[in-house]
Amino acid sequence: MSTKNWPLWEIFVRSKNGLEHRHFGSLHAADAEMALENARDVYTRRNEGVSIWVVESKHITASNPEHNGEMFEPAQDKVYRHPTFYDLPDEIKHM
Amino acid sequence: MSEEQIKNLEEQFEARIARDEKIEPKDWMPEKYRQTHIRQMSQHAHSEIVGMLPEGNWITRAPSLRRKVALLAKVQDEAGHGLYLYSATETLGISRDEMYEQLHTGKAKYSSIFNYPALTWADMGAIGWLVDGAAIINQVPLCNTSFGPYARAMIRVCKEESFHQRQGYEIMLKLCNGTPEQKEMAQDALNRWWWPSLMMLGPTDAESIHTEQSMKWKLKRKSNDDLRQQFIDQTVPQADILGLTIPDPDLKWNEERGCYDFGEIDWDEFWQVVKGHGPMNKERMKARVGAWERGEWVRDAAMAYAEKQGERKAKQVV
Ligand SMILES: [Fe+2]
Ligand SMILES: [Fe+2]
Repeated sequence: MSTKNWPLWEIFVRSKNGLEHRHFGSLHAADAEMALENARDVYTRRNEGVSIWVVESKHITASNPEHNGEMFEPAQDKVYRHPTFYDLPDEIKHM
Repeated sequence: MSEEQIKNLEEQFEARIARDEKIEPKDWMPEKYRQTHIRQMSQHAHSEIVGMLPEGNWITRAPSLRRKVALLAKVQDEAGHGLYLYSATETLGISRDEMYEQLHTGKAKYSSIFNYPALTWADMGAIGWLVDGAAIINQVPLCNTSFGPYARAMIRVCKEESFHQRQGYEIMLKLCNGTPEQKEMAQDALNRWWWPSLMMLGPTDAESIHTEQSMKWKLKRKSNDDLRQQFIDQTVPQADILGLTIPDPDLKWNEERGCYDFGEIDWDEFWQVVKGHGPMNKERMKARVGAWERGEWVRDAAMAYAEKQGERKAKQVV
């Protein structure tokens, strides 16, 4: 039995310049360099990417869906953050 | 949590799925949902991995460079499918090592089709055409399944599968337009892979235990028998184009039903193979476990190297 398992890495791929890196999935690798090489083979076999980021999964802090209420609900009643909240006469153009 | 609270959560959960909302790994979920998904997704991953064995065996014997690069790419895709699915399953809290352990000890199953041998080059054609064909029919509805990571993995998988089936059919086409011996080889491969491919779509609805719950969770959208009918109806005309005969004397177009009638499936054979008595069960597990064991020193060495590099870096910082 192996003494230690390869850690898990999260893989982010930029599919082409002008677009952001997007989460593609995860994989196991001994270190960052190997994670990059494996990510190339697992997630970009058909030109799906021009750039890859790898982050060891343990370094990601995620919000807890059980706290979604206090986290995200405060934004719900702030309609004044949207342009349609403001009443302007129809004659106004380009605004 | 009280029973009342859990019941409440479960109702909300089912309602979310009914509204076509996706469930993500950190969301609350009933324990049964988690366990069912771990089981189905890991078995799916195992099938992709074990599925490499019958074809991997033919890469060095491919008849041309064109066929060789295609088969190599196809087998590599299957490895990728296994990896997408393993990592999606890990989001449910089971480790990769536990899953391997379940496969290697026989606790977890994989698709029984891979317990049949690939005897000739024509089998590479028949597997791509029929086995990947049946897999596509099983997998397309899963692109809309309720568990987010599974659905996303399936979208990637399905995009890649159509090349698999087409390269297989092209192999069959070439053989069928070749010498009489080559055509005979193609017919022989169809004869051996036809019935196992039908079985691949699962036991008949009457025997299938999980269907109702699976339908609710969108792990299934059509019953096994409906999927099988769909597979037969789309495959028979493809066999006609090849000039091959489906090995079923009862196969007949039914004008009234608008689909093909077909003969009795030998379910005894199916259950025998599932229970481990197929022609290649032992061989497949031996190959799989052997590869894992022979790779152990490589995994350990890579980890030792990574740790050493990490320590060296830490020292430099000090
Ligand atoms: Fe696959
Ligand atoms: Fe495939």
